[in-house]
Amino acid sequence: MDVVFSLLDSTIRVATPLLLAALAGLFSERSGVIDIGLEGKMLAAAFAAAAVAAITGSAPLGLLVALGVGFLLSMMHGVASVTYNGNQTVSGMAINIAASGLTAILANAWFQQGGRTPFLEGDARFTPITLPLAETVKDVPLIGEFYYEIVSGHNVLVYVTAILLPVVVWVVYRTRFGLRLRAVGENPHAVDTAGISVAKLRYQALAINGLLCGLAGSYLSTAQNNSFLQDMTAGKGFLALAALVFGKWRPYPTLVACLLFAFTDAAQVRLQGVNIFGIGPIPVQFIQALPYILTVLLLAGFVGRAVAPKAIGIPYVKSR
Amino acid sequence: MMRLFKKADGLPAWVDLGLIPALNLLAALIISSLVIALIGEDPIEAMGILVNGAIGYPEAIGYTLYYTTNFIFTGLAVAIAFHAGLFNIGAEGQAYFAGLGVALACLAMGGMPFFIVLPVALLAAVVFGGAWAFLPGYLQAKRGSHVVVTTIMFNFIAGALIQWVLVDLIRNPGQQAPESRTFDEGTWLPTMQKAASWFGIEMVRSPLNTSFILALIVAGLFYLFVWRTRWGYELRTVGLNQHAASYAGIRVDRTIIIAMVLSGALAGFVAINDVMGVQHRLLVNFTGGVGFVGIAVALMGRNHPVGIFLAALLFGALYQGGTDLSFEKPNITREMVVVIQGLIILFCGALENLFRRPIERLFSGKGS
Repeated sequence: MDVVFSLLDSTIRVATPLLLAALAGLFSERSGVIDIGLEGKMLAAAFAAAAVAAITGSAPLGLLVALGVGFLLSMMHGVASVTYNGNQTVSGMAINIAASGLTAILANAWFQQGGRTPFLEGDARFTPITLPLAETVKDVPLIGEFYYEIVSGHNVLVYVTAILLPVVVWVVYRTRFGLRLRAVGENPHAVDTAGISVAKLRYQALAINGLLCGLAGSYLSTAQNNSFLQDMTAGKGFLALAALVFGKWRPYPTLVACLLFAFTDAAQVRLQGVNIFGIGPIPVQFIQALPYILTVLLLAGFVGRAVAPKAIGIPYVKSR
Repeated sequence: MMRLFKKADGLPAWVDLGLIPALNLLAALIISSLVIALIGEDPIEAMGILVNGAIGYPEAIGYTLYYTTNFIFTGLAVAIAFHAGLFNIGAEGQAYFAGLGVALACLAMGGMPFFIVLPVALLAAVVFGGAWAFLPGYLQAKRGSHVVVTTIMFNFIAGALIQWVLVDLIRNPGQQAPESRTFDEGTWLPTMQKAASWFGIEMVRSPLNTSFILALIVAGLFYLFVWRTRWGYELRTVGLNQHAASYAGIRVDRTIIIAMVLSGALAGFVAINDVMGVQHRLLVNFTGGVGFVGIAVALMGRNHPVGIFLAALLFGALYQGGTDLSFEKPNITREMVVVIQGLIILFCGALENLFRRPIERLFSGKGS
């Protein structure tokens, strides 16, 4: 049972930033703007959060700056892909590469620790919190244990994410903004004809996208880990994107995909050195590559042809 | 699918191919200078060190051209995929995997005459590089799996795979780091210094080797293929409009796969330069980001071999100058070049209309 609990526990921990990034992607892509830049925005936000937290000693302050950084990068993406009708994939890749270089340089120059930020302690980090009653019910078999081991004992950002998910669903499916958001990704001309600004909607979607990336980034460096490391996102932005595609751009299926990726990642650590099928331990490199292989398999097989928002990737030009 | 580069609306060639890229470069350099100022260094001084480090002495020029060789290959690789409307961000993994192929070929052919080694090694580079791009291409064509995501996943998978091969299979026992043993000297690609000496020309020692000539030949073939053959025509048609291509009887799925395989094969030549020409053994992560530089090079060179050569030259200079700069100013690490790269991709690719629109207005003579 302990193994199951610890697996589930780490699944939640790994899934949180993936889900945040995937939801960020959901807003942008549902509005018709491809976002390959999740990776770079998360990375830049992770650095900003860790750097500010290290200097001020306050994790919330770090989070605030990370939100700002995510927002600004998203706006840059907006300028390129909405205002200037640029190629959205290329713009996202530019953000990824620039963020990778910039964070490494600034981390090295400001903290002189070879590209990492100082270790965060105490208030400079989001630490696990015990939920009410967790200690009391911890001895109740199964339910109590489950509550104590799995539900309780995460950092505050995990709970924020858990609340954000239904909020996102509500916004996307139950509000006027959500309706327009979904419409503008399918048929921007219709939205325009209805007298609603396509550009404004897409900027709004990107603004939310940036804030969510900021949250995901600060989770990586000030909650899950205790410092910023060079290229610490390690493809998570792309995994999130794959989860979004696998979830067919819907929130709950995307959550399932994120949990699946996270579970593979959590299992990966346990599989190392384990003798499987009697043929000896699987080489650690293969196990480490599992999430990436899984991504390819998911994109290739089970989704079939994923039906993306119709207007995705196409700059909106009013008339010729 | 993606569309890149609108047809220039009546802009003179020197504006389209000279002025606009220059403005983009300038914008990227200005922002980079701000970054350098932000970390408390002097941008002007840094620029001076960079330029001197890139072209200031004969050895530096050798290094610059050695990096240029890599960037020509990856620039062409990214460009051929662009022509088919595909964004191959996996040139990195394809080049890395080709490194494995070239290394295995060279390890196996120790002692054989060079005129046998060379074609086999070239074939290994092309086949391994192409193979690593085949699956993403196939999945894009047949299953609609987005090639951007699959190629980046293949970068990670190549990393893990080669790590395993190096650690468990062909590790050189005497070495701390996982790397293969050094190849037999007969399989080494001649350096430029050596090649020049055959003609009685004296050159300083540098990593520059004869694969630079290969790069120029390949760039020429690239032009002929893309603009002078039926396959190239089909490729560009698919890149411009898949529906029209399909309507005209072009097999879109097959063209996509071919474009990706060619792209991977072009990236594979990096292994000839690095593994066979310089390191003479397989090192972990020997590619060090060349595939991503290729994106910037292809965008800046507007997917044309001449433009790619010039852009590769620029990035070669930036890489070599950046290395010298990082020795003199430890605060300005080599990642500075990565920042410039990202900015070039931004300005030449995503924000190409930023300068183009006002300049088009200027040249159309209508004012605004």
